[in-house]
Amino acid sequence: METASGLFFSLVPLIVFLPVLGLLINMAFGGRMGEKAIGAVASLAAGGAFVVSLLLAYSLSVHPETVIVPFAEWIHIGTLQLDWAFRVDTLSVVMMLVVSGVGTLIHIYAVGYMHEDVRFKGDEKRFRRFFVFLNLFIAMMMILVSGDSYMMLFVGWEGVGLCSFLLIGFWYEMDTLGRPSFANSNAAKKAFITNRVGDFGFILAAFIIFWAFGSFQFDEVFAKVPEIAHAAPWVIVAVTLLMVVGVAGKSAQIPLFVWLPDAMAGPTPVSALIHAATMVTAGVYLIVRSAPLFSVNHSVQFFVSMLGAATALFAATIAAGQYDIKKVLAYSTISQLGFMVAAAGMGAYVAAIFHLATHAFFKALLFLDAGSIILGMERGHHHLAHGHGDSHGEVFDPGDMRNMGGLREKMKVSYWLYLIGALALAGIFPLAGFWSKDEILLDAYKHYPTVYWMLTVAAFLTAFYMGRQIWMVFFGKPRTEVAAHAEESPRIMTVPLMVLATLSVLGGLLNMATILGFTLPGSHLLTEWLGHTLGEAEAGELNLIVAGLSTLFALLAIYFSWLIYGKKPLATGQLDPLKKPLGPVFFGMEHKWFIDEAYQFLFINPYRAISRFLADKVDWAFWHDWFHDTVIAGGYNWISQVLLNEYADQRGIDAFANALGSGTKRLSAMMRVWQNGFVRTYALTLLVGVIAILGYLLLK
Amino acid sequence: MVPVSYYLVVSAIMFSIGAMGVLIRRNALVVFMSVELMLNAGNLAFVAFARMHNTFSGQLFVFFVMTVAAAEVAVGLALIVTIFRTKNSINLDQMNSLKG
Repeated sequence: METASGLFFSLVPLIVFLPVLGLLINMAFGGRMGEKAIGAVASLAAGGAFVVSLLLAYSLSVHPETVIVPFAEWIHIGTLQLDWAFRVDTLSVVMMLVVSGVGTLIHIYAVGYMHEDVRFKGDEKRFRRFFVFLNLFIAMMMILVSGDSYMMLFVGWEGVGLCSFLLIGFWYEMDTLGRPSFANSNAAKKAFITNRVGDFGFILAAFIIFWAFGSFQFDEVFAKVPEIAHAAPWVIVAVTLLMVVGVAGKSAQIPLFVWLPDAMAGPTPVSALIHAATMVTAGVYLIVRSAPLFSVNHSVQFFVSMLGAATALFAATIAAGQYDIKKVLAYSTISQLGFMVAAAGMGAYVAAIFHLATHAFFKALLFLDAGSIILGMERGHHHLAHGHGDSHGEVFDPGDMRNMGGLREKMKVSYWLYLIGALALAGIFPLAGFWSKDEILLDAYKHYPTVYWMLTVAAFLTAFYMGRQIWMVFFGKPRTEVAAHAEESPRIMTVPLMVLATLSVLGGLLNMATILGFTLPGSHLLTEWLGHTLGEAEAGELNLIVAGLSTLFALLAIYFSWLIYGKKPLATGQLDPLKKPLGPVFFGMEHKWFIDEAYQFLFINPYRAISRFLADKVDWAFWHDWFHDTVIAGGYNWISQVLLNEYADQRGIDAFANALGSGTKRLSAMMRVWQNGFVRTYALTLLVGVIAILGYLLLK
Repeated sequence: MVPVSYYLVVSAIMFSIGAMGVLIRRNALVVFMSVELMLNAGNLAFVAFARMHNTFSGQLFVFFVMTVAAAEVAVGLALIVTIFRTKNSINLDQMNSLKG
């Protein structure tokens, strides 16, 4: 085996600092550079990080052992030795490749998307800010996946949370339709605050880790796991459960998923990059990274996989009742994250990372394509508004699927790309989603039958809502004038989509399963690759029952969706055909099972009541009215009243001040005598002084 | 050989004469000469101690003192000459304008 030197490992800090360089250039000179140059700098910065990730992957293929590249001293207090070191192993490099690869494509797409978005929203100056934030996000995500300790991971974890907040509230003074409103900034705050709840769990887990294991560094922690698991099993349970709280926040699992649908207020490239492909998978990465901790306790594993499966199923039911094209995808993302968390919980870490990667491909594709469709609708809307000579008479929602229909004629490229993404997500053979989802289902089938059935139903619903979306958006007749005038997007937006579509088709090659006992050359790539970091794992195998059943369900679901939405397309103004037969069930799906309302009732209203009590009663009535006004000001007034009379004021305070003045006067008159101006007197004084000092020194 | 204490006694007497001269004489020139007397009393003590400890540092110091004294004489005489030109006197008691 070759040594690590001579390979590219020492380049690893560049994955963070290239994006930082990009954002610094754009911040310093972006004002004079023009949109194309800003976009080029930002995309090159992300692309550079991708190239470095590729070099790292090559280095690892030669030398597959973990390499730790120390970078800077951070905190040294007592036994706490915290350094910023980069960890290059097969797991972190997979994450780097996904983040920078998908990230670069999204940067390129965003150049085209934001060019139009800033014009529709009417603030062209914000183009630069968008790319600064986007590069910052890539840098933070890279810190997250490359950190060598829980604390470095946490730095990145918080950093991406900040970028998420900044980008959800990118159009902070309006709502998604461009009307003046607090809606977008509220969505940003909701995401940020919900994530604080999760981060609270994560940081507590980190504290317990340091307390029990004496280190934050991954290898040192994992080395002690068997010992601690034997001596104090509850420590492992506490750490993993608290981590799951963090995962639930970041990866949008029950009960903290509520922020992700609202996060769609951000521009679409943000939804694709942060809220589908990369940041939300940080929780899955955390579980997989902490595999040695999770693997020792089977009840925790079962709990985590049940949590993932419940989220997958629950979110899928909501997705089937939504009308906004991005909301459907948002709930679908939550559902797919549920698949990954379930897999990671079962110990099927390779399957989780495999699905993470393929999901990044096809969900980024779907989101970006949805953005392209929304912009196409906007273009149609503007075209009409100009044609009729009036501007924006009534508010039109370009993202509402009920306003679409028949778009496959108008936006051919977007249609075909969306179809590929949807089929990949639905898990149709041989697209990427089929392989990764099947691996998860197979593991669930072997270990936890309950989880398997829940995930299978969720997969059925996935195919159904994607089918519903395809029929509603692209088929039938245009339901509005705008949809009839939609226009295709430019090539700078469609070309990155084509790359993503290719990846969505071929992504399965990353980890081909053994089919009917035949292992094709190049199968199990990811299993072997991650095996260097996660230990040997069972190689995936295509189980005919599982694969056949899931394919059958997916096809059935698509057939059902055709029966309901495709055979007789929705007419203008027509209610959803599922509304009648399902009644209250669909009403619940449509309104997200009233989760937001329940949270409003359970948490937000009591919280408001407490804050109101603290503000009105404790702060205002008690501190301000009573303590400040009555006690302090009243007491002060009382003391002044007492002192304001002849004895205290005139004869006490005044007399003292006067005496001070006259005393000084008298003293100076006395001492002036000494100052007679004769040199001899001064010399005598000096002599006496010297004799006194010498005498003291001699006689003491 | 003459004991060191003898030299020191001579030195002390010279120093006291000088100090008295500085304190009681009013002629600036005489005061000046008294200062020189005190410096030379110090020089004598230095040399005596140098001899006693058998080192050269005391003698070295004497050279410094002589150099400083020469410089002081130059500055001091210049001052006295200037004062005499303005006041037509070198009586120290007339120079009391510093008391302000």
